[in-house]
Amino acid sequence: MRRVVITGAGTINALGQDVASTMEAMREGRCGIAPLELRDLERLQIQIGGQVKGFEADGRFNRQQMSLYDRFTQFTLAAAAEAIGQSGLTFSGDLAARSGVVLGTAGGGVSTWDDNYRAVYEDGKNRVHPFVVPKLMNNAAASHVSIEHNIKGPSFTVSTACASSNHAMAQAFALVRSGMAPVMITGGSESMLCFGGVKAWEGLRVMSKDACRPFSANRNGMVQGEGAGIFVFEDYEHARARGADILCEVIGAAMSSDASDIVMPSKNGAARAMAGALRDAGLDRSEVGYINAHGTGTAANDKTECAAVADVFGPHADQLMISSTKSMHGHLIGGTGAVELLACIMALRDGVIAPTIGYQEPDPECALDVVPNQARAAPVQVALSNAFAFGGMNAVIALRKI
Amino acid sequence: MNIASQVIEIISEQALLKPEEITLDSSPADLGIDSLGLVEAIFAIEERFDISVPFNANAPQDSDFDISSVATIVQGIQALIAKQG
Repeated sequence: MRRVVITGAGTINALGQDVASTMEAMREGRCGIAPLELRDLERLQIQIGGQVKGFEADGRFNRQQMSLYDRFTQFTLAAAAEAIGQSGLTFSGDLAARSGVVLGTAGGGVSTWDDNYRAVYEDGKNRVHPFVVPKLMNNAAASHVSIEHNIKGPSFTVSTACASSNHAMAQAFALVRSGMAPVMITGGSESMLCFGGVKAWEGLRVMSKDACRPFSANRNGMVQGEGAGIFVFEDYEHARARGADILCEVIGAAMSSDASDIVMPSKNGAARAMAGALRDAGLDRSEVGYINAHGTGTAANDKTECAAVADVFGPHADQLMISSTKSMHGHLIGGTGAVELLACIMALRDGVIAPTIGYQEPDPECALDVVPNQARAAPVQVALSNAFAFGGMNAVIALRKI
Repeated sequence: MNIASQVIEIISEQALLKPEEITLDSSPADLGIDSLGLVEAIFAIEERFDISVPFNANAPQDSDFDISSVATIVQGIQALIAKQG
């Protein structure tokens, strides 16, 4: 079994268009959730989101590329360029042949579906652009990363709703740890902030109209976000041999399925995923200093997640810190675990814990240290990142300071 | 069909009960309708009466629409229809 480390990170999200600005926003407890700007907004009940603004795809990609890149692919490529640039890797020869790309997304090219349904149904057109299919497919982003960076090994896309990127990173971790691949590009992206994407979520009646306030007694639902988080997972010996800057070590991962309800979360499923990650990493529960919560801000998730943490950690649950950065960047659905991993890296590397902002009233059912409203300086050796999806599919990643 | 009997028909479908088993005093919770079933019932009510019901599953008690019984749901629908003019 190989040790696995992270040697590069990149992101685009409502808080920032790179890792440095995102971490700065997390340290400052800044809110990236704002009024949405999109077509037919007046027909939506929900009009806020963690939308990426000022992202000029036209300047970054040429006309041919633009006809192939949905917004979720654009975010992915921008974040991947940052992550791979930071790692210092270039892919050729045996390294290219054996390295891969595993990314998560729930919806893939949602705005491409949306635009083209409009064209044929609303505008009555009988023709769509020839590249609609390769633009909207869920593996488009992973494919373009492999094409752009000459990565020729195992590449595929994982889709497990809100846990997609954690499942993808768990898979990438397993591939590097087993020795199958020396380097995996992993993480995820999502871009559903278009009319159809928001309308679908609105139907569930779990969205907040004003703010995402995880763990707060007056929370009233989730807020969608968009963007990407991309990482370079690398064999520790490979990274050390080339003198790479190591951000942290990935020490464990676990996945579980509730096998109960399609939307209601299960304490048992969440607890089994967290306990599994501790076991996989060979950790004692007392070693965990910080958990980046799934923390959606819905009534059901937050109390179930806190109960699961209490079950797994026992008395240590009151010692550790747990925060939900969704309060700042919104819920990136299939990309959320990837952006949230940045908060774990910040905790381990910089000793700064990202806050849960918007916290107004304690909830006895969420009586943990949720790092309310202000970031905190605290040394952390081990962090977990939780993701619990619709469909009852859960994935938890464990990281250690290096 | 009046509003009450239409609401009872919608609720009975969600609760997998016969309409006769539901009264104006019945509450969705007592009839075994869970939060997802309730969201579906609200959607059916909106479609049936062509109204928009203010309802957030995270905080049903704070929604400006009382779902505690069939009778309060009927009153809420009447108010929304009146408001729509």
